[in-house]
Amino acid sequence: MQPIVQVKNLSKQYKNIKAVDALSFTVQEGDVYGFLGQNGAGKSTTIRMLLTLINPTAGDIELFGMKLHANRNKVLRNVGAVIEKPDVYKYLSAYKNLKLFAHMSKVHPSDKQLMQQLDMVGLKERAHDKVSTYSQGMKQRLGIAIALIHDPQLIILDEPTNGLDPQGIADIRNLILHLSREMKKTLLVSSHLLNEMEQVATRLLIIDKGKKLVEGATAELFDPAQTLIELETTNNKEAIDLIAGSAWQKGLPQQRSNKIYIRMHRDDIPDFNAWLVERNIRLVSLQPRHSLEDYFLQITSGTQHVAAFTN
Amino acid sequence: MWQLLQIELYKIFRRPRTYIAFGATAVLITLLQFGLKVDGQEYADFMLQSLGNFDVQGKLLNGYMVCYLVLQLMLVHVPLLVTLISADMLSGEANIGTLRLALSKPYSRASVVLAKFFATCVYTLLLLIWVAVLALFVSMLVFGTNDLFLMKSEYIVLIKENDVFWRYCCAFGFAFVSLVTVASIGFFLSAFAENSIGPIVTTMSIIILFTVLGTLNIPMFDAINPYLFTSHMVIWKEFFDEKVTANNEAIAGTIQDLPAIFHSLLVLLAYIVVMIGATIFVMNKKDILS
Repeated sequence: MQPIVQVKNLSKQYKNIKAVDALSFTVQEGDVYGFLGQNGAGKSTTIRMLLTLINPTAGDIELFGMKLHANRNKVLRNVGAVIEKPDVYKYLSAYKNLKLFAHMSKVHPSDKQLMQQLDMVGLKERAHDKVSTYSQGMKQRLGIAIALIHDPQLIILDEPTNGLDPQGIADIRNLILHLSREMKKTLLVSSHLLNEMEQVATRLLIIDKGKKLVEGATAELFDPAQTLIELETTNNKEAIDLIAGSAWQKGLPQQRSNKIYIRMHRDDIPDFNAWLVERNIRLVSLQPRHSLEDYFLQITSGTQHVAAFTN
Repeated sequence: MWQLLQIELYKIFRRPRTYIAFGATAVLITLLQFGLKVDGQEYADFMLQSLGNFDVQGKLLNGYMVCYLVLQLMLVHVPLLVTLISADMLSGEANIGTLRLALSKPYSRASVVLAKFFATCVYTLLLLIWVAVLALFVSMLVFGTNDLFLMKSEYIVLIKENDVFWRYCCAFGFAFVSLVTVASIGFFLSAFAENSIGPIVTTMSIIILFTVLGTLNIPMFDAINPYLFTSHMVIWKEFFDEKVTANNEAIAGTIQDLPAIFHSLLVLLAYIVVMIGATIFVMNKKDILS
């Protein structure tokens, strides 16, 4: 597979703040590349550097095998992006906005093509209404239509689900999957919504304070054998002693506040539950912690298991 | 570039704000014309009082005279109206967030900046044509035409009716360069801001400050006067001054101080080139964080 994005030792320094610190990653053709990090981690700065909106302090960016800054216009013809909020001209309709940005992308779609594009993002019925009357979700979908109008090979979506309701989030998720599976696009999607990324991304990069924490295939990063269970019983001390003297102790049980945390294979959860009940441990709750969220919290707070996932 | 210019013009003329200047100038000029139509004779008599026994034949308050009076007032205010658009061109888009989208498209930043600037120039030209239509052509229609009688500080100028129109064409041409100079300053300031209020107010303040400095007769400020663009903007009045013979007779079709006009034109053009060059430099270096 051809690397679509290749970033090497990318850094951005603002006076005393290092927003991005020697970041390197590669996005392969066909990837849905999840770019994860908390607010202020450096995701948007990196994306803006990929779009030449921010000048890097150091490092190299190659898109489609070409140096970005030396081939800026050629490269950007093949990139579509929604950067943070989908800001468009509110005094124009979706149709006019789409047409205007298509021209800015050096393509001249027919009326039919414009309407097809708006239909794809579910805005056909409101195509001629002013954007000022749109909901946040509709603006987001229009932003995506604008990003796609020139049929780019690479689509960059920066926090595409920000400010959306659950239905809007689901719509964007489905659209990302459609773009990847049906239209064979390469996507780089930044988010802090970890569960959403887990559902759509084929590869993930997690950054914190501008530095790469971990990068790898989603399936590899979230090994079901390492599912974290959150457990609450009527007597946690007794429960943890019991677990410590059993075969389940390999799951490194820990007690934090009034909860017990233990790792195990997802398939073993029913057996573990039955084992506790057999020993008269009365459960208040037992639930797998959301894998990515837990994982993210662990590595961004600098605790264990980072090294195990770095490749 | 042509494509970008078309897009920028489309955006300018789809915004309601654009038409504020057209509406404001129409109201102002119409009010002036109405006032002069109703009480114009009194105004003319008042003007002639200071001349003592001076016999004026013909129609003093004609369309050419009205246009001159309107321009004297308007060419102070029109720059402020031009600022509303020019100082919003970059900062306004930064504010609504569309600048980052525009600058991530396959056009160089210099192309985007120049397209926006040229679009501002087209807007300025159209506004000036609008002022010309209202101030000159409507005045000619309402007040008729005759010789143009002007009172300078130390002498009187009387320009023959058939020698006036081309002077207005030149004056409007010069006014265009003046207004583009103002636009370029607003444009430059808008490169630094992420909302348009700051650059609009700053540009207006600069115009007011420079105008005040230029009109103060304080020796200390005389040295900087030649460098103030506002001092050169008023040179359009030179088009309405004729050369005279040794017998102090006006020579039709002449301009008394043409070199002064060319000098001012060059200063204003230099301002434009420096401001736009600086805007491109700033935008090329700037990180787009909006």
